[in-house]
Amino acid sequence: MDQDRSTPDLGSLYQELIIRHYRHPHNQGELPDADALVHMQNPVCGDEVRLGLALDDGRIRDARFRGQGCSISQASISMMTDVVKGKTVEEARALADRFKEMMHGDAGAAKDRALGDLRALAGVSRFPARVKCALLGWDALEEALKRATRE
Amino acid sequence: MATNAPTRLLDVEAVRREFPTLDQLVNGRPLVYLDSAATSMRPRVVLDAMTDFYIHDNANVHRGLYELSRRATERYEDARRVVARFLNAPDPREVVWVRGATEAINLVAMTWGEANVREGDEILLTVVEHHSNLVPWQILAQRKGARLRFIDVGEDGRLRLDNLDKQLTERTKLVALGHVSNALGTIHPVKEIAERAHAVGAVVLVDGAQGAPHLPVDVQDLGCDFYALSGHKMLGPMGIGALWGRFELLDAMPPYQGGGEMINIVELECSTYARPPHKFEAGTPNVAGAIGLAAAIGFLEELGHDAIREHEQLLVRYGMQRLREVEGLHLFGPEDPEERTAVFSFALECAHPHDLSTILDAEGIAIRAGHHCTQPLMRRLGVAATARASCYLYNTTGDIDRLVEGLAEARRIFSF
Repeated sequence: MDQDRSTPDLGSLYQELIIRHYRHPHNQGELPDADALVHMQNPVCGDEVRLGLALDDGRIRDARFRGQGCSISQASISMMTDVVKGKTVEEARALADRFKEMMHGDAGAAKDRALGDLRALAGVSRFPARVKCALLGWDALEEALKRATRE
Repeated sequence: MATNAPTRLLDVEAVRREFPTLDQLVNGRPLVYLDSAATSMRPRVVLDAMTDFYIHDNANVHRGLYELSRRATERYEDARRVVARFLNAPDPREVVWVRGATEAINLVAMTWGEANVREGDEILLTVVEHHSNLVPWQILAQRKGARLRFIDVGEDGRLRLDNLDKQLTERTKLVALGHVSNALGTIHPVKEIAERAHAVGAVVLVDGAQGAPHLPVDVQDLGCDFYALSGHKMLGPMGIGALWGRFELLDAMPPYQGGGEMINIVELECSTYARPPHKFEAGTPNVAGAIGLAAAIGFLEELGHDAIREHEQLLVRYGMQRLREVEGLHLFGPEDPEERTAVFSFALECAHPHDLSTILDAEGIAIRAGHHCTQPLMRRLGVAATARASCYLYNTTGDIDRLVEGLAEARRIFSF
């Protein structure tokens, strides 16, 4: 028989915190006074998110979403909306960069307290096929920030 | 001589030894391959036939007047006869080599469709079609101002034919449907639909990508006008497939691509074209692929259609029974095992199909999760995606047991 090549650790992927966010997502719903509303979809797997952002004086006052998809995509969006609330646009963009670094396997990013609950997603970096799931909400965030801050 | 000899049972363990890819550990567990509806495994005889061609006969076909080219041409045309016999086609000239079922359907849309479909004409499809039997007709209909109509599917995964008489009119130029649904495994009543389509003068194309691997195909009995198949779904290599078409239709169709082999006399300003099948085969063909596909058909025929079907029916019945024992699992597709191939499309309440796929992969089990290139069907079923486990002749009831164990693990992970 051929040699076994990889043994991804499922425990590192499906942490209890992730399942909790998946089953009971935070910040669900519409945002009637949103400054930007973004609909993003992953055409390969059909995961989707509608993200609304409300800004106040350069700060994210509120973030709400509706989405459907796998546990990784939906938990990532749920945690993201928690962590970006109250942050300035620049801080939110920096968090997005930090999260992407974590998805690319950066050990420093995986310990960065600024990412809060999102650190539970560090294990996703070992499942390359699932990284795009974790990034869906962040792509939506970056697009929403771009639209909300457009002159 | 025994006229009704009992069906030979498939010796699955012996069959499995012919498939080297199955013999490996994935994530520490013996591989369980349940994605044959996407692509099948290939037995040694197929790999050997292709290697043998490249080692011994490697030459271009229908060109050289030397020994190697003669041998290559003979093997290539022999392979065409094998496909013709496999489909019970009356004439090997009715078999056109293509890259796969997708190209076969596109060929018909771009040649027969170009010449025969006009503004106001209708093309009747079903909502369960694979994108490859949908998008080529959308492109044709948009170009021609034709209209697409659709046979609906019921909750039970069976086509709803109660409206067929209204959907088939003198405007219907073509009916195109799958022999077997790739997403649900439903075997469609192609013969009945073809008969009713012909009654209004429509031409019938059958996408056999999921039919030819599992069911005996007799194009004369089915009564269709075109039949498309993919080699890689029926133990053959990737990049080869066949289009069967009635000779008079093929002969009247304009050419597909221009180039060598498809011509007769070439002048600077114009050319005359070869007769079918070569009219549709511009350029150097996939000779090794054709030879590999013929070897795959030889392998299937040696095992026997009846034995394969009986084995797969055993898997259908066992799979339906075991999967229904899983709490919170919804199985799509027909109730009657006889109306199915061994494809299990399902949803588990607690976990998304992508999560299931990742969890099963960690156990060495390969399934497909997603829309299966049937987005309209997924919308019709009210889901974004399903998990799909699809079996072939080398799968065992033990593979289904491993799947069910894997699903139990998924339920445990998602029980927080």
